[in-house]
Amino acid sequence: MSVPGLIRMGDNTLVLGQRVSEWCGHAPALEEDIALANTALDLIGQTQLWLGLAAEREGKGRTADTLAYHRDAWDFRNLLLVEQPNQDFGVTMMRQFLFDSWHLEALTTLAEHDDTEISAIAQKSVKEVTYHRERSSDTVIALGEGTEESHARMQAALDRLWPYVGEMFSTDGDDLTDMAALRPAFDTYLETVLTEATLVRPHSDFAHMGGKTGARHTEHLGHMLATMQVLPRSYPDATW
Amino acid sequence: MKQEWPLWEVFIRGQHGLSHRHVGSLHATDATHAIQNARDVYTRRKEGVSIWVVPAADITASSPDDKGSLYDPADDKVYRHPTFFDIPDDVGAM
Repeated sequence: MSVPGLIRMGDNTLVLGQRVSEWCGHAPALEEDIALANTALDLIGQTQLWLGLAAEREGKGRTADTLAYHRDAWDFRNLLLVEQPNQDFGVTMMRQFLFDSWHLEALTTLAEHDDTEISAIAQKSVKEVTYHRERSSDTVIALGEGTEESHARMQAALDRLWPYVGEMFSTDGDDLTDMAALRPAFDTYLETVLTEATLVRPHSDFAHMGGKTGARHTEHLGHMLATMQVLPRSYPDATW
Repeated sequence: MKQEWPLWEVFIRGQHGLSHRHVGSLHATDATHAIQNARDVYTRRKEGVSIWVVPAADITASSPDDKGSLYDPADDKVYRHPTFFDIPDDVGAM
């Protein structure tokens, strides 16, 4: 039964895609604005595939849109990391870097999945996410070793988001693959980038949990969904 | 310290066999960043298979004031166009 695992993948890309899209028109440079919008659109595109397959396999007549727009916060199964607010550009890019680093490992593994529909989605997504990780890594490095202020902001962003890293590698039978097994490769890559960025990996391994199991989301998710879902909920028959 | 990122000129090759064409400019901190920005700004709709970026400051341009001396002398030299020769059919497209 792959539906819960597909929903987890799709909810991650949906929630992060929506978060990143909030930058549209507000990014610190026009080029970064377009790059963030491209990333958001890639993630929403991946969401259509993951949630589309989940809805189809569930067989209850729902679609990717129903799952995205007509579920409440407690039904979402995304990681707590991706629902965290954008804050400043440094926090946004650090969140992106941490997620991309996990995401690429997860997709690379899922690209070899025995289930051909799952592997097909992963193979398509892996090309986009390879670029996402390259871009977010370069930004973390550039700002980390940049000015005194940019360095301080990136270290603060890492310290703030670090408690949300552990959940990415918690795993149970609903996951499409063993997420815990991805940790060594993630750690190796993280170390390389943080060293170049002159940033210090926090010592604590404390991890907030509850996003991917739906046990407890942070208060930020509901606010975000209210904005994201208001139109299809107010006008259920609306079409493009 | 200068606040603005340096300006880069972007050249994209649309498909194999064609030459790179100037498509516009953008700001970026270094060459790698410029390539990434060019990818995001100028190839979103599959416009290209290859990107060149050049620091705008490194381009030497002719001055518009020299237009007369640079280009006008070619006006009355139509013989420079190879239109006065009969090209044998066997040569094909020139």
